[in-house]
Amino acid sequence: MNKHVIETYERGWMLFSLAMILVFLVFIGYTLSGFAFYVPTAAERIDPTTVRTGGFPTPHVEKVGPGKYQAYVIAQAFTFLPNEMHFKVGDEVTFYVTSPDVQHGFYVHGTDINVQVIPGEIAKVKTKFKRPGTYLIICTEYCGIGHQNMLGKIVVEE
Amino acid sequence: MATLARKDEYADFPVKKVSLYYITLAFVALLIGTLFGPFQAFNYAGVNLYPALEKLLPFIKSYYQGLTLHGVLNAIVFTQLFAQGALLYLQSREMRMLPQMGVAWFSWWLAFVGLVMAAIPLLLNDATVLYTFYPPLKGHPLFYIGAALIIVSSLVTVYLSVELWARWKRQNPGKPTPLVSYMSVVTWMMWAVAAVGLVVEAVVLLIPWSLGWLKGVDPLLARTLFWWTGHPIVYFWLLPAYVTWYGLLPKHAGGKLFSDPLARLVFLAFLIFSSPVGFHHQFADPGIDPFWKLVHTVLTMMVAVPSLITAFTIAASLEITAREKGGRGVIGWVAKLNWKDPIVLASVLGAISFIVGGAGGIVNASFTLDYVVHNTTWIPGHFHLPVATAVTLTHMGLALVLIPHLTGKPVVRLPLARAGIVLWFVGMMTMAVGMHVMGLMGVPRRAWISNMAPNVQGAYSEAASMMVLNGIAGAILLIAATLIFYVIFATLLQSRRLPPAERPEVGFSEAISGPEGRRSVMVMDRLFFWWGLAYVIVFAVYLPTIVRIWSTFVSAPGFRLW
Repeated sequence: MNKHVIETYERGWMLFSLAMILVFLVFIGYTLSGFAFYVPTAAERIDPTTVRTGGFPTPHVEKVGPGKYQAYVIAQAFTFLPNEMHFKVGDEVTFYVTSPDVQHGFYVHGTDINVQVIPGEIAKVKTKFKRPGTYLIICTEYCGIGHQNMLGKIVVEE
Repeated sequence: MATLARKDEYADFPVKKVSLYYITLAFVALLIGTLFGPFQAFNYAGVNLYPALEKLLPFIKSYYQGLTLHGVLNAIVFTQLFAQGALLYLQSREMRMLPQMGVAWFSWWLAFVGLVMAAIPLLLNDATVLYTFYPPLKGHPLFYIGAALIIVSSLVTVYLSVELWARWKRQNPGKPTPLVSYMSVVTWMMWAVAAVGLVVEAVVLLIPWSLGWLKGVDPLLARTLFWWTGHPIVYFWLLPAYVTWYGLLPKHAGGKLFSDPLARLVFLAFLIFSSPVGFHHQFADPGIDPFWKLVHTVLTMMVAVPSLITAFTIAASLEITAREKGGRGVIGWVAKLNWKDPIVLASVLGAISFIVGGAGGIVNASFTLDYVVHNTTWIPGHFHLPVATAVTLTHMGLALVLIPHLTGKPVVRLPLARAGIVLWFVGMMTMAVGMHVMGLMGVPRRAWISNMAPNVQGAYSEAASMMVLNGIAGAILLIAATLIFYVIFATLLQSRRLPPAERPEVGFSEAISGPEGRRSVMVMDRLFFWWGLAYVIVFAVYLPTIVRIWSTFVSAPGFRLW
């Protein structure tokens, strides 16, 4: 095979690589502009030793408007508080999640919610439940010997 | 006069001996780390073998302890030690000059002492913090100090490589650095840019905290510093394998490298783009501004380009080689490659796995897509392709050439090693498929799911069929590892040595398009400039976030929860 033929292919491949990367970036930009409310942001920083003593609200779910809820969740070794939440299809829920001990995960399987729960951070993340069913909440960060048992659930009814 | 003193087999080129020490220690670490691998795989098949293991090795208390050993020894220790041994040797050999030998031995001893120090708490279950050691999980101080010494050893090797290169440049003014040496020096410079985060994390935060001098650490700050190093460390694992793919593979396959200047461009791109990308491991972290996450996303995508070019160049070099030997057909030419050479077999299989691994990596780096897979089994499924397959196989292939070359000891039963290499590839690919799909089904990574409490058992029953793949892969990989390690250690431990004239050579690639007379090559050879530029970029994309977090330092006390 001729060297110059390969050099032509090579230039073509480099251009294709760059174009492909550009297309991916455009897609990422598009999803960010439209649907990125599931990207966790920091509500505020908190001293983790105060999470259970008044620095953070008692874990609960609160109705803040028609079909709109706020959920205050503590992820701790080795459970979520509250460990079970109930919503209706179409409800829009903003979760505030933090940890009083080590890092945990707050992954709601079947949604795009996947938060690294870090002591010192109150994470804020929002989703809308579109289908009925039971959604597992899974701790996705190693947090100690009982990590595999750290599961909760969200029940969404019609 | 008859003498009982043993002949120094390495007297002709003493760097051989220190390289051999690095490589041997690397494979001892890999052997121990790898033995835990099948236990991990069986865990994800739903089979808990840890109680059985504890009967055999009473100091191994849990899956998590085994996983910590597996990650630290394989991903951190093996990769670094092998790079230290192989790159230092290849550079010295190509330049026909010795590195500062006293410093080289000092660096080996640092790594050895660090490894022993870190191994004690790991084996005693006092540092079951996994290889990411995220605070506020708090391990024994010896673990952090030992790990820091291993990193310091790598930085001493940075000095060795750069000093050797600078000395060569002074003695050869106006000449371009030879290719393998260029790639080695750039790898070490890249690592020196990458390592800043981990060094600061260990020295300023983790060591003082573990010793009780610091009440608490900021977990987000520690994570951010960790991932400053934690992503480019992947390129620190990968680039030594690329050195083999570019610098040795074409020669061992019986042909030439397609383009020398392009290989240099690829490495230079890694020097500049490897480090400012860590936030793509922190997409799920609150407390990092989405704007900076996007900047890191763009730079991560850029760093995919040199790997895409590598895929083309390596494949093109092999195809030209095979066609010159009479290979035909769209893919029929592959039959003409010199598959008996372990470098060819292991590198090509490794490179194939890397195509899948690279594609998965682009998914992980895609800001808004990552939430589907973050910290699920998709992630270890992904990184077992580039690291445990591409890099590890390539290093195994190189070791099977380098060990006989360094020692004069012929490889014992090479066909067993070849079979092991093929099985390793098959096992890893099988496991990766299973873990990727399980991840999409929501199964979390690093979880002892074969040992779940009764009230949550069956949570991942949807993934059962994929779990079977893990079990099969675990068994295949156990056989593969047995074969490969048998050959490597049987070769090292025999007393037979070939006479000098019969010892195998390590072949350096020649290029079809060489570096001579290219202005671009001389511009790329100004490495201190590019090295400085890499530092400027990494500080620019990290300092705003680090300063902001540090100025609101959260003091989190430590926990031991294992």
